[in-house]
Amino acid sequence: MSILDWVRRSAELIAAEAERLSRLDAAIGDGDHGHNLDRGFAAAVEALPEHGTPGRALVVAGRTIVSTTGGVSGPLYGMAVRRAGKELGDAGVVDAVRLGAALRGALETVQELGEAQEGEKTMVDALAPAVAAYEQALAAGGDLAECTRAAADAAERGAQATVPMQARKGRASYLGKRSIGHLDPGAVSTALLIRALADLASEHA
Amino acid sequence: MVGIVVLAHSRKLAEGVAEMARAMGVGKAVVEPAGGDEHGGLGTSMERLKRAVRTADGGDGVVVLADLGSSVLTAKVFVAAAGTGVILVDAPLVEGAVAAASMAATGADLRAVVRAAEAARGHRKT
Repeated sequence: MSILDWVRRSAELIAAEAERLSRLDAAIGDGDHGHNLDRGFAAAVEALPEHGTPGRALVVAGRTIVSTTGGVSGPLYGMAVRRAGKELGDAGVVDAVRLGAALRGALETVQELGEAQEGEKTMVDALAPAVAAYEQALAAGGDLAECTRAAADAAERGAQATVPMQARKGRASYLGKRSIGHLDPGAVSTALLIRALADLASEHA
Repeated sequence: MVGIVVLAHSRKLAEGVAEMARAMGVGKAVVEPAGGDEHGGLGTSMERLKRAVRTADGGDGVVVLADLGSSVLTAKVFVAAAGTGVILVDAPLVEGAVAAASMAATGADLRAVVRAAEAARGHRKT
């Protein structure tokens, strides 16, 4: 599976869903989530190096996302992608074990930077179960396609589970109980990015 | 002299706080605003922050004050990459900027300016 393709596929998915993501954000935030991410990932696609390792490509993509996205999504997604790239290191091929380490690293970075735990209605509520499901599938002997599918399914369930949660982080937390009853846009976009991984892995399986 | 950067979602807010810190601080401090997104609208811009820190940096370090949310996160990421000479302080924006500017203008070092900004948190209003 090509990591460059993942960046491109993610950018396509986000562009297609930008309107919906921003609408979700408008309910409990400032309504720019989809368009911010769209700008960041489009810039990341443009910045992708033609040569070099997958890890290097992710580091470049992450840096570009940090500097072009705006909002909290820029630092969070950008640093997560960058960390994933660092975890891949100099590997020429992304296998299931390496991708698992990259996902785990991305989760750690998001939690460190955002100081968020599960249950606070953030992207962690999609990413944490995705990483757990990935690792479980990997331990059960799953290949790249199986592990990423498990992760994507768990991320989508995790995103859905943010609806009854009260936001504890970010702008939505100012709303207190009124943040209950809405999907968290960051969890939804996280699930999209992991679905992009699963789609690519199954196409190349 | 230690430089000060005011990072805020609004260009006007950042410029206003910087203006106050320069004027109300005791002596002449270097206070650079980094307000709004790249296009001047509401938001946070890593690029604006980078430019402001570069301008404020006279060689003795830079203290960054941030308003909220993405400003704080953007500053955290920037500071982590910038090394020891740039510090994000946990301080109220206006009081912290005025306190930091006052201390910086005395020629105090980075640690003293950071302490002054963070001590501003203790000034109660009721």
